[in-house]
Amino acid sequence: MKTARLLRSATFRLALLYMLIFGGSVAVLLGFLYWATVGVLSEQMDETIQADITGLAEQYERRGTPGIAAIIGERIRKDPGGRTVYLLTDPLRRPLVGNLDSWPTVEPDTGGWITFELVDRADPDGRPHLARAKRFVLQGGLNLLVGREVRELERTRRMIVNAMIWGIAITLALAFAGGIAMSRSTARRIDAINQTSRDIMSGDLDRRIPAGGTGDEFDQLAGNLNAMLDRIQGLMEGLGHVSDNIAHDLRTPLTRLRGRLEDLDDPTLAAGDRTQRIDAAIAEADTLLSMFNALLRIAQIEAGGRRDNFATVDLAAVLSDVAELYEPVAQEKGLNFSAHVEAAETVSADRDLLFQSVANLADNAIKYTPAGGSVTLHATGRSITVSDTGPGVPKEARNDVFRRFHRLEESRNAPGSGLGLSLVKAVAQLHGGEVRLEDNRPGLKATLTLG
Amino acid sequence: MRVLVIEDDADVAIYIVKALAEAGHNPSHADNGKDGLVMATTENFDVLVVDRMLPGPDGLTIIRTLRASEDQTPALILSALGDVDDKVKGLKAGGDDYLTKPFAAAELLARLEALTRRASAKGEPAETKLSVADLEMDLLSRSVSRAGTSIDLQPREFRLLECLMRNAGSVVTRTMLLEDVWDYHFDPQTNVIDVHVSRLRQKVDKDFDTPLIQTVRGAGYVLREADK
Repeated sequence: MKTARLLRSATFRLALLYMLIFGGSVAVLLGFLYWATVGVLSEQMDETIQADITGLAEQYERRGTPGIAAIIGERIRKDPGGRTVYLLTDPLRRPLVGNLDSWPTVEPDTGGWITFELVDRADPDGRPHLARAKRFVLQGGLNLLVGREVRELERTRRMIVNAMIWGIAITLALAFAGGIAMSRSTARRIDAINQTSRDIMSGDLDRRIPAGGTGDEFDQLAGNLNAMLDRIQGLMEGLGHVSDNIAHDLRTPLTRLRGRLEDLDDPTLAAGDRTQRIDAAIAEADTLLSMFNALLRIAQIEAGGRRDNFATVDLAAVLSDVAELYEPVAQEKGLNFSAHVEAAETVSADRDLLFQSVANLADNAIKYTPAGGSVTLHATGRSITVSDTGPGVPKEARNDVFRRFHRLEESRNAPGSGLGLSLVKAVAQLHGGEVRLEDNRPGLKATLTLG
Repeated sequence: MRVLVIEDDADVAIYIVKALAEAGHNPSHADNGKDGLVMATTENFDVLVVDRMLPGPDGLTIIRTLRASEDQTPALILSALGDVDDKVKGLKAGGDDYLTKPFAAAELLARLEALTRRASAKGEPAETKLSVADLEMDLLSRSVSRAGTSIDLQPREFRLLECLMRNAGSVVTRTMLLEDVWDYHFDPQTNVIDVHVSRLRQKVDKDFDTPLIQTVRGAGYVLREADK
């Protein structure tokens, strides 16, 4: 069970991978070293033997069999230890001269090379050693065998191979240990993230991933995850707030609707009264529906998925259209109403939403400004400002009024849903801009700026 | 008028069919896209009411199919609450008007009547003069007179009156006026339209015995001669 988990763990697999890659690299390196030492040495030996043969063959051509036999005899005498191997035989491989008793039984390879065991005459133990030789057929059918004893070369080769085997073994062991150490530190930090995630899933939303303090990728990951968690928590709190508000604020119109429907249940009611009450109930239901619509609309805009309808919009045109629509309402209420345009730009925007936002601001200004006051619409650059001389919004409440259903205490009894400014803010954000409330001394100055 | 209602929600379908029948129209109903498309192509209707989401081909596909086969029967698209984006898609697909659920029966009826009127006016030479009772409008000289007395209107008032006159005798809702006269799809928080209509009334009706612009409670306005 534990082994299985170990085998599955990322630590183990990373360590194994690290070991294989590192071990493989070292093996390639050692292979190169082997080739550069042993390979070159044996090549040199082969070249020496080849040169020897070429020399003897020349001598044979010039001086014939006795000549070459004399040379071979001379060489053998100079080398009593038997490091060089010579054997000249007749075509039937019967020895003529040489320090080998008989022709080796080993079959030569295609190049004529043979490797065979040689008994060292100088060695008291009489142990055989490896020798390497080449066969050459002289003109006239004589067989010439020239070779070297390869004891030294073989010893060197064995030493190098031994050292390499140990080297690779040590490398693998070190690589595995190092891999475990390295990946374990990685795994520990991933474990910390996992542990925090599990805590959060089990309900502890306040937990955050600890940072290592080095500012590396893991710290960045932890930072990003923490920021994401903060955002989610903020959204959830907002959502909770909104649904509380919805429950609270929809209760009133629903209660009124219920009351009006109950009023209808009166058999003595005259037809005219009945119609009037039905109309009132329908109007109440319509109010509720438009509240839901506004809520959904704000949610959709906030989700940011409504950029399909963006087009080039002339801010000045939007402003004058709003002014044209609302001027009679303002005049009817006895307000001074004016609109100015000053170097307004054309912007990429959702025309309907922009109109709706400015209309909401104008609507608010007209609604809250008492008779005799004034409402002014102003467009400049990428901003539209709606200012009034009404009661304004206290500084400390200027953020709250953008929350859904939020209404100032003083305006609770005025008609409205408390959603108008929420929509303006959502629209401003959709356009990468902002909406700002300022003191108009007296009154309120609301500025919608597009990004 | 013959109306085909393609709507899979039984309650909504009954509501629409009943409202249409009560208003003296002749409604047919299909509860899925396939039947709806077959009926729309094989029978003759004056106007279609098509739900956006349907089993089988959806509403937009139906309208696109009809338009591709040169069928120009006006179509009104119904869509679920809050799907604001669908409006553009619906109109692009060849729909002629758009209504979000839930809606008042009066709004639907007013829009359907306006649609059929617009469709039947198509192909006829453009009118240059409109008249209802003793009210006359000259679209070329942009002038209005009633019983021979000239009435001076602001451009927007002129368009408002034009919209009412073109739909004379049938209800025009506030939303229809906003879309038609102001060309904005938006949701006024207060009834700004009412103020504009009452200004228009001041000019058109005040000095005359019979008022022409009448308020239809719970629906909108209608321009017609008052019942004697």
